[in-house]
Amino acid sequence: MRTLKFILNGDPAEIGVNDGETLLEVLRNRLGLTGTKQGCDQGECGSCTVLIDGQPVLSCLILAIRVENRQVTTIEGLAEGGKLHPVQVAFHEGGAIQCGFCTPGMVLTAKALLDRNPYPTRNEIRTALSGNICRCTGYTKIVEAVERAAEVISEKADG
Amino acid sequence: MAEKSAYRYIGRNKPRTDGLAKVTGTALFSADITMPRCLVGKILRSPHAHARILSIDTKKAEALPGVKAVVTGADAPVKYGILPVSQDEYPLAVDKVRFVGDEVAAVAAIDEATALHALDLIDVCYEVLPAILDPHEALIRDDVKIQERTQEANIERRIHLVFGDMEKGFAEADYIREDRFFKDAASHAFLEPHSALAQFSDGKLTLRTSTQVPHYVQRALSRVLGIPAEKIRVIKPVLGGGFGGKGEPLPLEFAASLLAIKSGQPVRITHSREEVFLTHRGRHPEQMTLKTGVKKDGTITAVQFSSLLDGGAYGSYGVVTMIYSGQLLTAPYRVPAYSFDSVRVFTNKPPCGAQRGHGGVQPRFAFEVHLDRIAADLGIDPLEIRYHNAIEPDTVTVNELRITSCAFKECLDKAAEAVDWKEKHGKLPYGKGIGLAGGFYVTGAAYPIYANPMPHSQVQIRVDRDGGVTVFSGASDIGQGSDTLLVMIAAETLGIPEQSVRVVSADTETTPVDLGSYSSRVTFMAGNACRKAALKIRDRLLAACAGQLERNQKDLTIAGGYLFEHGKEEPLMTFAEVAVLAEAAGVDLCAMGSYRPPELAGSYKFGGVGPSPAYSFGAQTAEVEVDTETGEIRVTKIHCAHDLGFALNPLTASGQAEGAVVMGFGETVLEHHAFLPGGRHSGPNFLDYKVPTSLDVPEVDVTLVESIDPSGPYGAKEIGEGSLHPSLPAIVNAIYDAIGCWFHDLPLTPEKVLAAIAKKKEAP
Repeated sequence: MRTLKFILNGDPAEIGVNDGETLLEVLRNRLGLTGTKQGCDQGECGSCTVLIDGQPVLSCLILAIRVENRQVTTIEGLAEGGKLHPVQVAFHEGGAIQCGFCTPGMVLTAKALLDRNPYPTRNEIRTALSGNICRCTGYTKIVEAVERAAEVISEKADG
Repeated sequence: MAEKSAYRYIGRNKPRTDGLAKVTGTALFSADITMPRCLVGKILRSPHAHARILSIDTKKAEALPGVKAVVTGADAPVKYGILPVSQDEYPLAVDKVRFVGDEVAAVAAIDEATALHALDLIDVCYEVLPAILDPHEALIRDDVKIQERTQEANIERRIHLVFGDMEKGFAEADYIREDRFFKDAASHAFLEPHSALAQFSDGKLTLRTSTQVPHYVQRALSRVLGIPAEKIRVIKPVLGGGFGGKGEPLPLEFAASLLAIKSGQPVRITHSREEVFLTHRGRHPEQMTLKTGVKKDGTITAVQFSSLLDGGAYGSYGVVTMIYSGQLLTAPYRVPAYSFDSVRVFTNKPPCGAQRGHGGVQPRFAFEVHLDRIAADLGIDPLEIRYHNAIEPDTVTVNELRITSCAFKECLDKAAEAVDWKEKHGKLPYGKGIGLAGGFYVTGAAYPIYANPMPHSQVQIRVDRDGGVTVFSGASDIGQGSDTLLVMIAAETLGIPEQSVRVVSADTETTPVDLGSYSSRVTFMAGNACRKAALKIRDRLLAACAGQLERNQKDLTIAGGYLFEHGKEEPLMTFAEVAVLAEAAGVDLCAMGSYRPPELAGSYKFGGVGPSPAYSFGAQTAEVEVDTETGEIRVTKIHCAHDLGFALNPLTASGQAEGAVVMGFGETVLEHHAFLPGGRHSGPNFLDYKVPTSLDVPEVDVTLVESIDPSGPYGAKEIGEGSLHPSLPAIVNAIYDAIGCWFHDLPLTPEKVLAAIAKKKEAP
């Protein structure tokens, strides 16, 4: 057991963790942040995606102790001051959510894509999301939602 | 029924009512809910495909510090099964295990590591028995019995039905063709692993579980555990996809309950991804033979179908799968004479059950490819032969299925137009092709799983003094959006804003019975029940207003949350004021609505499986590119035209079709639920079992075709399952158009494509 210090959704966090505990286990079991989902625990489905220093990472594959002093963003921390991120709005309004189990990972992956590439092509969106499995939607409305979010973000930037 | 444009809420795109919770991470799925003193449960599974259990010693496991309870088959040696005719499962194995992964024992401990350690300490002594993995072997091996209840070899059930004059049908045919097909197993692969959280206190069991069927789970728990149903509460939290795989009581639900009762503490069991694949209940592998007679002009005169279903180790939904597989070939084309012989056998593999499009998917693939081959042999365009034989509205099929609304021809038109069929079919360069297929599906089964005369769905609506309305429904929203539809239907019928309506659903203690989310029944049945309850409340409110305000009731209406008098623009009062007025006048502001399908059973044995109060119809065209060097198949686009009666919520309806088409695409070219020689699953994970990713999928274009069903809620029928059926054969037919090779075995692999191309080159 050792003490882990990191920034969680913008706030300082300090918690005792075992050496072998994954970030996913610590988020869900110790911190009660159940928005991060466990779909396979093998790094194959993308449901557990969180952002570490802005980059999408599979939290089931990374040990918690590796995030010492780093910034971790989970789905619970994406909305700022109660205001939803444009990707969240686009997913909701565009019907890109069905069962919702893949949604947190999908939204965070999309957010990271738009941060580094505000004007992605459809193929770039599909490539960025290819590590996140969705079994409900067939991806049509998810890809459209990311395109819509990109438009909204660029309109804001221009305006 | 009012004109569509007169509707204020239904018929318009509405985001899901739980969408914001899901997109912010606050939606609680079964595995997200915790309780004080909650233990972790784990299941010990069989390492053998078939073995007798000689002894189980749990002493060492029980002695491990941190272990709070251990249970085995001896704790609940009562059989259950979703179908009354297939009661062949135990919560945990009694005497025998029948597949690698069969549940043997379960432990509850203070944490996962302790629970897993305890599993290692359970000593099970097995006598290994010969295992049968091949369904053909299961047909004839009498010396090995997987289920003791089978009479002949390992045959669970046979069915033989004949409709119309087969001899005459084939005698009248100018051309007869016979083909064999095989569709391998597929798995639901929902993202949320099964999870069940059981709590037992004061003699009452509460189970929060990822189920599509809370009512059936409650019934099975009561029977197996010997606890009265009134002392069992089953709650479905937010559910992460089912597709049939959470559509029946499952071992983990019993195991968690038994452990909670024994330990006196809450217990949660969540499956690992491997356990999800082993629990299975997915698509049956099915061998099929089709023989069809046609006139020169393509008119179908007779169809003969036979199939062998590999059921795995237990009954599950399999008998229904088997009957559906034959019953659902008599539309969407006119078939004057039809017969089918089907048989389901047991093998030592995970049990197969219901998966999206249940029963109809494999035969639909076979028939639509078979029909294209007949068309090719006769030089008839595949669109023409389908149009020529297409079923019309208000007809009865040869096996007595009552067809009411039907826009199949319009679906064919839309799907064909979308690919410029007449200009392109047969005319694209080598390696590129387009293909067409049709289909139809039930909108709910006309009969419940256990025979009873009660409604299939009941909905209760309560109006509060503040004008808020609560809809109580047992229907399970499993991601398809049924809670949202109930809000829309209640708001439309009552004439109040959608924001005033909330839904409480899928909790056996607080909501009236709905049979569950299976066979595409929820929109139709719960929707009808909801509309009826809302109509009752509306009439009561208007009657109270008429009396108190001394107006004629038929001159009053509620719209947009206000009471109006016809012909006057200014409202009389708000809906909240209406509620207060009515409540003060002593009116009961709580009403039930119910739905039970009419009597539709055929006049023959098994005639209760297949009938539905309404059928959806659909047609799809696929565009493919085949790399003739590598054998790689690229499905670039699928156009889906689906007759769903009326699109209550086009946003979620089109989403259902998009998802179904992609699931069908996955089954055609990627997904393979396969087993190693000893009966072990070849790859129970997402690396080996290839679910389509965003890079694999075709572009999907959905056209919602509306036929306004006479008995659907506001004319609605199903879309979530029927829209999967045509995808598989449309792709296979498109590949023929691209490279001139037919495929009768799915899934298709690049190896199969290359072999077919090579064979064609040898013998053109």
